[in-house]
Amino acid sequence: MSTSGTGRDRMLASIRAGISRQAERRHGEPAPGKPTPLIPARATAPGVDVVGLFKTQLANAKATLDEVASRDDVPAAVARYLANNNFEARVRLSPDARVSGLPWDKAPMLETSRGRSHGKDPTSVTPAVAAVAETGTMVLQSSEGTPTTLHFLPDQHVVVISKSQIVGTYEDALARVKRGPDGALPRTVNFVTGPSRSADIGKILLMGAHGPKKLHVIVVDGEL
Amino acid sequence: MSLVPTSNAFKENATGALQDKPLQEALGIARHHSIQTRLNTVAKMPEFETLRDIGRDLKNHIIANLDTYLLQFEQSVTTRGGKVHWCPDGDSARAKVLEICRSVNAKTVTKGKTMIGEEIGINDFLFANGIEPVETDLGEYIIQLRGETPSHIIGPALHVTKEQVEETFREAHTDLDPARNLEDPASLMAEAREKLRAGFLKADVGITGANFLIADEGATTIVTNEGNGDLTQTLPRIHIVLASIEKVVPSLKDAMTLLRILARSATGQEQSVYTTFSSGPRRPTDLDGPEEFHVVLIDNGRSAYLGSDLEEMLRCIRCGACLDHCPVYHSVGGHAYGWVYSGPIGSLLTPMLVGVENAKPLPNASTLCGRCESVCPVRIPIPKLLRNWREREFARAITPQMERSGLWFWAFMAKRPLLYRLVTRIGARALFNLAGQQGRLRSAPLAAGWTKHRDLPASQGRTFHEQWKARKSQAGKGARS
Repeated sequence: MSTSGTGRDRMLASIRAGISRQAERRHGEPAPGKPTPLIPARATAPGVDVVGLFKTQLANAKATLDEVASRDDVPAAVARYLANNNFEARVRLSPDARVSGLPWDKAPMLETSRGRSHGKDPTSVTPAVAAVAETGTMVLQSSEGTPTTLHFLPDQHVVVISKSQIVGTYEDALARVKRGPDGALPRTVNFVTGPSRSADIGKILLMGAHGPKKLHVIVVDGEL
Repeated sequence: MSLVPTSNAFKENATGALQDKPLQEALGIARHHSIQTRLNTVAKMPEFETLRDIGRDLKNHIIANLDTYLLQFEQSVTTRGGKVHWCPDGDSARAKVLEICRSVNAKTVTKGKTMIGEEIGINDFLFANGIEPVETDLGEYIIQLRGETPSHIIGPALHVTKEQVEETFREAHTDLDPARNLEDPASLMAEAREKLRAGFLKADVGITGANFLIADEGATTIVTNEGNGDLTQTLPRIHIVLASIEKVVPSLKDAMTLLRILARSATGQEQSVYTTFSSGPRRPTDLDGPEEFHVVLIDNGRSAYLGSDLEEMLRCIRCGACLDHCPVYHSVGGHAYGWVYSGPIGSLLTPMLVGVENAKPLPNASTLCGRCESVCPVRIPIPKLLRNWREREFARAITPQMERSGLWFWAFMAKRPLLYRLVTRIGARALFNLAGQQGRLRSAPLAAGWTKHRDLPASQGRTFHEQWKARKSQAGKGARS
């Protein structure tokens, strides 16, 4: 590698020299083209029960699920989940209207606040971009109403989605990410498949390494 | 500043590893765990083999268009308000990271797991410059406390037993009650979680690696199970991504191909818990996220192997499946390889990154059994590439004199069929006679390395050529009758 020029110039020159060597080695054959991606049939084959597959995969990912009829039932469902597991009745809500705008006064025992987390919130409640059936994955994004800290700092993470947000594949979910005016991705898009875990201590699988120890998904039959 | 390789001492390292009881215990657990887990998960995905083909073709396409995709990536990152820094080698990459850290007077830096960070020895360098690096991946944290290097690409503390983790934590966390109960492994993890939380919240800079760089989106991608990488890149003011040049992929759709094979190959999960795409700093209306986003693009000798008989190693997506399936790795673990990368892929990458003269035994530390190639998600022909390294070693006279003489002698004979047959005939008969009734030899000339540990099965008295000839003439007679 030449030692003159900027690092950028030197790297590009070295890469291009390599690409010329590749061309020589191919003896006139064309450079390898880009293959067409393949989307597995698991969640796309005709007749697949996408919602059913999502529920199975969510359980496989060691997350829990609750189903309610309407958005008005969500606050009570959250309160019930916390009470049943002996978790503190205090939640930090995404400011996003899909969560913030739920009738939280219907769960008067629940202490609610809105905004990002600084690491003092036992439980967060957030919306999602979509839920992916193929692996039971929640797709989340950053925005002014959905701060990323709520996805990682609390001990329990409750995600509220409407049934219509359950899609088959990652590609379906990515198409629903809300982009900026210039078409840019948001600062972060998170795929979350179950609660945090690690097998770094003696290969023993333990839940709750750094991110949430519990992931609980509430599916609303109607719209949010 | 980066780690000095001890790869040339592979034999001594391996001998030590074989006698290391805790290591053998840890390896035993890993061995039983990983192969079956991967098999079970792969069985649930009928398209898995096709996805591997597409992954291989995609990587080949990228490697043939690396300049185009890197330039596109740079432009997309810049448009989103981030910065790309091109660093040809470890020195320039370390200097750039330090410069960024100093721009905010950083005292503490949190780190997600990054193999390229290990490769350029970023921790020691930052520490020497008065900045405290805190590893946040549980495995990396354990080995950082123990002053060790990773022994596995994705399970850096794979060589450490649960009991050793307890011992390490008791030594390091002196502020905690010495009489506390750490019997349950969950209590060890809870302790690390508690300790590291404080680190996350006070760090000025977060450094992560990248599994992929998405060219058209200007996004970097990390894949983790713990969530440490996400805390690392969300909480501090600055997010620095360390990435080697071959990590770029054209689009999100292409990244999905690799994401569908990565976790299944790496941990036997259908998907890792957290996959995060990050682009640019926080947007003006965002409530959290870093104010600055830097991508440090590192070559460190890789581009010199483009268009060579070894370039296929640049397809590697660092899943660790080849380590998990390697009988040599299973026996000696990662540290015997003497540097950052271990196992079959380490035996390919280490000679590239530290010079083959500093990693002479590695291309030879393989039986070429082919298990690695059979599980590689992007179908890197690892045995073939190991042989290519061996040829380079021979050509550069790095191979030991004894071996070179042996090879020279064999080549001399093999090019003279009559002489070859004569000598092998004599040899076969001599061995047969030496072995006598038992059919095996307790010792044999030039084979002490073998017979020290086991008997050498003796020749049956006739060479393969002779037997083949006899069989053919036998068959010929059969056909005629």
